[in-house]
Amino acid sequence: MKNTPLTEKHIALGAKMAAFAGYNMPISYAGIKEEHKCVRENVGVFDVSHMGEFIVKGREALALIQKVTSNDASKLAIGQAQYSCLPNSEGGIVDDLLVYRLDEDQCAEGEQAYMLVVNASNIEKDWEWIKKHNDFDTRLINISDQTALLAVQGPNAGQVLQGLTDVALDELAYYTFTKGEMAGIPNVLISATGYTGAGGFELYVDQDKALALWEAIFQAGEAQGIQPIGLGARDTLRLEKGYCLYGNDIDDSTSPIEAGLGWITKTKKGEFISRDIFIKHRQEGVSRKLVAFKAAGRRVPRQGYTIEDESGKGIGKVTSGSLSPTLEIPIGMGYVAKDLAKPGTKIWISVGRKRLEAEIVKAPFV
Amino acid sequence: MEYPTNLKYSEEHEWVKVEDGNIALVGITDYAQSELGELVYVEVDTVDETLDKDEVFGTVEAVKTTSDLYMPVSGKVLAFNPELDDSEGDNPTLINESPYEEGWIVRIEMSDPSELEALMDAEAYQGLIS
Repeated sequence: MKNTPLTEKHIALGAKMAAFAGYNMPISYAGIKEEHKCVRENVGVFDVSHMGEFIVKGREALALIQKVTSNDASKLAIGQAQYSCLPNSEGGIVDDLLVYRLDEDQCAEGEQAYMLVVNASNIEKDWEWIKKHNDFDTRLINISDQTALLAVQGPNAGQVLQGLTDVALDELAYYTFTKGEMAGIPNVLISATGYTGAGGFELYVDQDKALALWEAIFQAGEAQGIQPIGLGARDTLRLEKGYCLYGNDIDDSTSPIEAGLGWITKTKKGEFISRDIFIKHRQEGVSRKLVAFKAAGRRVPRQGYTIEDESGKGIGKVTSGSLSPTLEIPIGMGYVAKDLAKPGTKIWISVGRKRLEAEIVKAPFV
Repeated sequence: MEYPTNLKYSEEHEWVKVEDGNIALVGITDYAQSELGELVYVEVDTVDETLDKDEVFGTVEAVKTTSDLYMPVSGKVLAFNPELDDSEGDNPTLINESPYEEGWIVRIEMSDPSELEALMDAEAYQGLIS
C-alpha cells in the first residue's frame, strides 16, 4: 500500500485509516458528522494527495485534450480550469477529471501546457488510455508521485489561507487558479475549486513540501477552529451537492448524458471519442437517468440496493446513499428508467424484506 | 478497547451477557462500534419473534454504512432497548459510548443456552480482530 506524504501525520493525529485506491488514507478523525459540519460552516483540510496529475505539453496539447475529453478545452484561458470526462469508445466514461490550462513559462514557442487531475483509482487506466490516443506532437508526463494535494474547503478557507500568501485569494474566481508563494513555499498551484460545494481552495504542492504546508495551514487556522477532514466526510459533502463519484455514480458503462453530465459533453466542439454516440444519446434519448432522491424514515439506501416502482418492479439501482449530515435525512442517487425520472416521482427502495419510500428530487440537496 | 471477560462473543461482532438462566442481553462489541463510527439509527422489528442463531434481528445505520445484526444464539427477542428505540429514547450513540452497558440492543430468551459454548471468550475474540 502507498502512503501520501501526510499518512504518518494522519496516524499521529489519531485518524481512522483505510486503504483507498491503493493508498493508506484517513477516513475520519473526529467523526463524519462533526467533520462534515466543520467544512459546511467553517473550514477543514483534506489530504487528497492520492489523486493523479498528468502534464500534457506540446504544440498539439490542445488537440490531444480535445480528442480524449468531452468538454471544450479550447474555451480555457491560461489560469482557468474545467470539469470534464474521458469518454471510452462505447459511450461510457473512463474517468472524470479537471483540466487546467497552465502558463507557458516552461514551454517552447508555439507550445501549450495543461494539467489533468484524475481519480486515484484510475491513474494507470487513464494514463494508458490517453497515451494510446496520443498521435499528436505532445508529451505526457505523470507527476502523480511528486505531487501532493491539500483541499482547504469551507466558507472560511479564504480567510485562513490569506494569512499565508500575498496572492489576492478573494479575486480568484471559481474554477480559476494561479501559482504563488504560500507559507514561504514557492510555486504552489492555488486553485479555487473543490468537491464539497462549500467554497475554498485546492493546493497542489511538491510532495516534499506537503507537510510544511499542512502545518502552516493548521497554525494559521487554529483560532478559527480548522480541522482535518477524512474521506468519509468528503463523500457526504459531495453527495449533498449531487456531485458524481466515479465508481459509484459513473463508470465505464454509464453515458455522461444519462449521468446528467450533458453540460460537459460538448458535441459541437468537433471530433472526440464517442462523439457520435453522445449525439445519438441526445437525439434519441437515453433509457435511464441518474436521479437524486430523499428517502422517508431513517433507514439509509446504499449503493447496489434495487429501486422499484409502486408495483415492486425493479426500475434501477442506487449508486450512492448516505445520511445527509446537514438535513439529517437519508439521501441518495441512482439510475432509474427515464420516464420515471421526473422530480416528484415516488420510488421505492428494496432493503432485505422492507421497502423504503423515496421521492425523486432535483439535486443539489443543500 | 475493552472486551469484558464475563461476555461471549460471535464472529459477527455481537456479544451475549447472560443475565439469569435463559435470559441474556445482546449488543455489539467495542470494535464493531468503532469500525461503524457514530451510529444514527438502530432498527429492531423482531420483538416477540423467535429467531435461529445467525438470523438477522435488526440493523444499525452509521452515516456511511449499514450493518445487519445477527442472533449470536437462537432465541426469542423479548425487548428492544428503549433508550435506542427511535420512538422512545432515540439515542443510538449510546452504543458508541457504552457498547456493553447502556448500549445493549436486545434482551432475549435463549432457546438452547448450550449454544453459548460455541461462542468465543474475550481472549479468542481479541485474537479474531487483531
